Amino acid sequence: MLAQQLVNGLMLGGAYALVAIGYTLIFGVLNLLHLAHGEVFMVGAYVGLALALAGFSPWVTLGGAMLAAAVLGVVIERVAFRPVRDRGSHVTPLMTTIAVGLILQHAVVKMFGAEPVAFPAPFASAAFALGPLTLSSVQLLILATSLALMGALELFLRATPLGMTIRATAENPTVAGLLGVNVSLAIVATFAIASALAGAAGVLLAWNFTGLSPFFGVKVGLKGLAIMLLGGLGNVTGAMVGGLVVGVVEVLSVAYLASSYRDAFAFAVMIVILLVRPTGLLGARLQTG
Amino acid sequence: MLSDHAVSILIFAGIDVIMALSFFLPASAGQLSAGQGGFMALGAYTAAYLTVNHQMPFPLALAAGGLVGGLVGLAVGFPALRLRGLYLVLVTFGFGEMVRVLFLNLPAFGGPAGFAGIPPATTIWHVLGLLVVLAYFFTRLAGSRMGRAFAALRDDEAAAEAMGVNSTYVKLTAFAAGGVIAGLGGALYAHYTLFIDPEAFGVGRSLFVMLYAVFGGLASFWGAVAGATILSILPELLRWVKDWREILYGLLVLAMMLVRPQGLLDAALLARLSPRRERAAAHG
Amino acid sequence: MSGPLLTVEGLSRSFGSLVVLAGLDLTVEAGGIHAIIGPNGAGKTTFFNLVTGALDAGSGRIRFDGVDIAHLPPYRRTAMGMCRTFQNIRLFGSMTVLENVLLGLHCRTRGGLLAPLLETPFRRSPGEAAARSRAVEVLEMVGLAARADQAAVELPYGEQRRLEIARALASGPRLLLLDEPSAGMNPQETLELETLIEHVNQLGVTILLIEHKMSLVMKLSRIVTVLNFGQKIAEGPPERVQRDPRVIEAYLG
Repeated sequence: MLAQQLVNGLMLGGAYALVAIGYTLIFGVLNLLHLAHGEVFMVGAYVGLALALAGFSPWVTLGGAMLAAAVLGVVIERVAFRPVRDRGSHVTPLMTTIAVGLILQHAVVKMFGAEPVAFPAPFASAAFALGPLTLSSVQLLILATSLALMGALELFLRATPLGMTIRATAENPTVAGLLGVNVSLAIVATFAIASALAGAAGVLLAWNFTGLSPFFGVKVGLKGLAIMLLGGLGNVTGAMVGGLVVGVVEVLSVAYLASSYRDAFAFAVMIVILLVRPTGLLGARLQTG
Repeated sequence: MLSDHAVSILIFAGIDVIMALSFFLPASAGQLSAGQGGFMALGAYTAAYLTVNHQMPFPLALAAGGLVGGLVGLAVGFPALRLRGLYLVLVTFGFGEMVRVLFLNLPAFGGPAGFAGIPPATTIWHVLGLLVVLAYFFTRLAGSRMGRAFAALRDDEAAAEAMGVNSTYVKLTAFAAGGVIAGLGGALYAHYTLFIDPEAFGVGRSLFVMLYAVFGGLASFWGAVAGATILSILPELLRWVKDWREILYGLLVLAMMLVRPQGLLDAALLARLSPRRERAAAHG
Repeated sequence: MSGPLLTVEGLSRSFGSLVVLAGLDLTVEAGGIHAIIGPNGAGKTTFFNLVTGALDAGSGRIRFDGVDIAHLPPYRRTAMGMCRTFQNIRLFGSMTVLENVLLGLHCRTRGGLLAPLLETPFRRSPGEAAARSRAVEVLEMVGLAARADQAAVELPYGEQRRLEIARALASGPRLLLLDEPSAGMNPQETLELETLIEHVNQLGVTILLIEHKMSLVMKLSRIVTVLNFGQKIAEGPPERVQRDPRVIEAYLG
């Protein structure tokens, strides 16, 4: 029973981690909070829905959602971040992204309606028994995909020139610029990658819950924020670990406590972490906003 | 005479202004709170609980709502002492969520089903009366000892401390006072809507309160007043676009923040409107 | 007017592995003008930050007027009668000249958050009225009274430095710590600054001065302490310190 819950938690946590990684990448590179990131996630899921309904395969659904989310992320950077990055107070980008989030939510409401809709399963699910555990093939797909995406991201950040550009910019944009790093490229790439991961998480969670609504992004977006803090702002590995931890604890608290406390956990931990260890679980570098 | 509908729009706009001012007060000391919805919830539930279960007279319940908001504001202020900028935004954000989850899990307050049967008590005069007091307070605050201490902390905390400002005391005062104002706003809200549930005070509420103040501009409390008034009446003015309303609202907010990132009433505009401070406020 | 006003014993501070101050002993006598000089990175500003409480004390003792202040928060130290200016000017950007000085009066005035509600639109509270007239006096002393309603950050550089002194003076210090007050000033402004510092000193304010312009140090100070790599390498009247071979070496080497 416990092991079963752990697996369920890891599956949920993997998707949360993908959202949190996006926040943390953007925060690390730009020192900004992207409050429409939850909506990017939600739009990704709806693009996936449209593709799935049109009869495309699960892989096309996932890829299409990631691509659409990446494009959307780059557009948001252009429209809502770049114009206010050097002007206005540091809350101005919060406001522009709240506005973008509102626009996206209601654009989706206009196209798909405000009511939750069913999301088709990627394929007829088969159940495997693994000792005491029962795993469905969809669960395995979700877990494997999120882990693969996280692995690919780590590899990309560590081993490719563009990845190193992003890391250098996150370290110190001014110095990176002076050293000839293409900071604008790094920012655009950061938004594209962060958003693509959110889009993927959208499809994965829609598969998991077999449904979605235009307001799906708000809760998950908040959770992603909390996980980012848990892992340490700007710390990608921290966001991965934090996501898995929050997913597991959330599933356990539903199983053993009241489900209404589910959402409290991430925030309670977040507040404690900030008070006790403001650099996050894994001790990232501390950026003062 | 105004129609009931117009009065209701004015009351909600007035409460939004009160909430925006509750954000502005700590913000004027450099303390950005994304949890004002949480304080509003505390004020609303406290006052409603007292009028419903203890038949407390409305003015007393209102005061109790403000008091609870202020005490919790003080408590939230302590962790805030160690945090700045976006970190503080995130922690207060988390605080707002915690309050929401708390009321979801308290059966005495109705839990997720909400708290109903609140006696009607709030009138337009209560809202206007509180606004007049607040406007007078904020007008005088700018030229007072504490008002300057707030501004000094926002401008340069280390320099303010070196000049003899007790930053701990000033920040806690600002947070607590913001909590009092939000608590009062919540109590007024509860006794007008007559039904409250935790979702009414969630993250969306907190973010919109912040949006009102930032949209209006943080250079003066008039920004919060203007921002909240405009943004809470705007949906009424956009009724004609039907189901495009929210999208258009979002686009207008976005456009305005891009054109005036410092908000509607930025320092330069205030300087032109007010001859007395003409050169004082000419910079950002 | 004698006896130690500020006594520092064995004061050390490091940032990570970098030792900025290493066991500094220093005594500032009441009533005088005491200069601290030394090459860049000698630890002068760190010393100011430790004395005023901007930085936590490392190890060592700091006594002001006989009281151990090493663990007091900055505002308490200001209230006890010490105040500083900053090397890189740090005026309050959203405030006027007058408001900057009024802020300096913060610890000498009363009035909480609700005080404004007790005033009428036509009459300021007695405390606020007194504060304003005191602030104008201080501005007159530094020659900025005519600028009272301008934005502080719009003043020319030299006047901003004088305003920082005025803001510090408003707090009623017995010890005024000036961190390179003449930096960026032209000769005329430097001359005016010299007069101002002497005037303030004659009012009974002890002055501790970090300064790079040797002409100013020679003319103003009665005693000079030379720091290098966080240690005192010489101390004495300016003429003697100037000829000290170790000082010459520190500056040339």
